[in-house]
Order: sequence, then structure tokens, then C-alpha cells
Amino acid sequence: MMKLTEVGVSRVKYILLIVAALFIAFGLLREEHLVALKKAINICLECIGLG
Amino acid sequence: MKVKNFLKSRPFIQSLAALAANANIAGFFTGRIWQGKSKLVCVPGLNCYSCPGAVGSCPIGALQAVLGGYKHNFSFYIAGLLIFFGVTLGRLICGFLCLFGFIQDLLYKIPSPKLKIPRKVDKPLRSLKYGFLLVAVIALPILLGNQFGIAPPYFCQWICPVGTLEGGIPLVLKNESLRSMLGFLFNWKMSILVIVIAASVFIYRPFCKYICPLGAIYSLFNKFSFYRMDVDKTKCSGCKLCEKKCKMNVEITKNINAPECIRCGDCKGVCKQGAITSGFCLRTSLKKQGNF
Repeated sequence: MMKLTEVGVSRVKYILLIVAALFIAFGLLREEHLVALKKAINICLECIGLG
Repeated sequence: MKVKNFLKSRPFIQSLAALAANANIAGFFTGRIWQGKSKLVCVPGLNCYSCPGAVGSCPIGALQAVLGGYKHNFSFYIAGLLIFFGVTLGRLICGFLCLFGFIQDLLYKIPSPKLKIPRKVDKPLRSLKYGFLLVAVIALPILLGNQFGIAPPYFCQWICPVGTLEGGIPLVLKNESLRSMLGFLFNWKMSILVIVIAASVFIYRPFCKYICPLGAIYSLFNKFSFYRMDVDKTKCSGCKLCEKKCKMNVEITKNINAPECIRCGDCKGVCKQGAITSGFCLRTSLKKQGNF
């Protein structure tokens, strides 16, 4: 199995940080946060075992 | 000094994190959940958003809500948050910030014979959580929608004991209308909760080890997270006291940043040589570890 070098690991984590920021920004543009909010502010009957 | 040590102790930080994620204490008395905009953001740990105290969203619940909705088949927003939490802290979140992890820690403190699952059985069982993530959290909400393209959160509905404990029990106790809806599903979920609670007394964190899809996600980031643990090979005497102490059965001297490490720090505390360190590093501090 290929082993990542120290520099490789260091690069990957910065790349992941940038990917996270881009994903969050794109998700906000698509208004995904509003879908999550709508679900979260109403009692989720499935989650509590009633629905 | 004692106060300083207490403030830095894991149970204290876990209690603070539990309170912060469930700051709507009044909700437990009124039987109503928080409806503020703070729920736009997910908390890092597994914390049901239908818990009356919850002031943030559960990342696994929110992920299924978006995937199971009619609008999107992928959630960039939740995936971005999960990558951010994972790459900054890794499974430190499991060890310090997750309420259900804390509850399992407390249950394990109950005096009783403790079971150590043999490695042959333990290893394949640990893969189960990836199965729950891929099937119940991701695939089913995408593939099994109704005629309007809406799917229920299958993991929350059929498996997650956190929703039953944090949401189901307090809400059912305070609302008569909800009590009238009790049926097979509630009994099923209560059975899972009872099994997980009972198992937690004898086995260390069985839910985290074998079931938790959030732990499965964060485990993928342990290798790359900014928060890291290190073994200084020049100081390590090879006594393996750390591995004997580790309740997550991590082979610390081989790979301290293994996916199963929840960064609890027990190994660090037991090392007489002071060979184990942990903390945030912006570059990398793996020089002496040689794991990669």
C-alpha cells in the first residue's frame, strides 16, 4: 500500500479545509441549510420512534 | 493546581460540551423543542435535534434530511461541515464533544466485569459502522423515496438510540398527544436503546465502536486532522503500557492516529517516558512516528 509522506499528509489536510469551505459555501447557495433547519425545528417523529 | 487539572479533565469538557449542545434547558420542562436559527448549524457530535434541549442540528439527521428531500441528492453544506469538523479535530469529537459518547463513558464506570472482545471478532464488527453509514444514512434516503421523492431518515428511524434517549423519552413524558402515538417503532427503538445501554456497562463504547455513522465519518479524517497525537520513538521504551490502557484497542505504537482512536488521552497519561504528545499542528509532526 502506498504510504503518504509527511508533506503529503500536510497538503491533504489543507486541501480538505479548502474543500470544506467551498462545499459549505456552495451548499448555502443551494439553500441546503434551510432544508436542514426546517427538519430541525419541528419534532422529527421518525427520530423519536413515533413516525 | 487541582482546579486547573479538573478544568482540563475530559469529563469536565464533556459536561460543558453536552450543556452547550443542549442549552435549551427550559425545553425539558415544557416538552417543546428549540426553534431558533442556531439550528441552521450542526453540532459536531451526535445530538438529536428533537431533543428538547438541543440548540443545534444533528449532522447525521441533517444529512438524511437533505438527501431524503425532493430537492437534492447530495448535501454540500452538511458534507462541508463534516469535512471541516473532521479535518480540524478528527475523532477528538467522539472523545470530548459527543454527549452519547460521554453517557457511554459514565455507564462503563459502573463496577462490573468488563469484556474485551477478541480482536478476531472485534475487527470485522468495527466495519459495521461504515455499513450503517453507507446504507442507512446515505443510500436508503436517496434510493427509497416515496412518490414525491421524499424519504424518511432511515438511520434515525430504525437504529439510532440517541433520538430515543434524548428526544423520544423526554418528549413522550411531557406530551400526552405523543404518548397516544406509541407503538411498535417506539418499542423497537427502546429495545435498541436498552441493549446499547446494557452493553455499555460491560463493553467500552459499543455504539461508537460498532454502530455510529458519525464516528465512521470522523475516523476517515484521523490521519489528516490538524489535531494529532504523536509517539516519540526515541523516548518510547516499547513497554506497551499505553496499548494495555487503551479501551478502544488501538495499536498505539504502530499507528497512534488510527481510525479508531478517539483521542481520549489515556495513553498519554499512562506513558512513564512522556513519549506521547498531542495537540494542533499546522504543518506535520509525524517525523518520528513513521506511520505513513
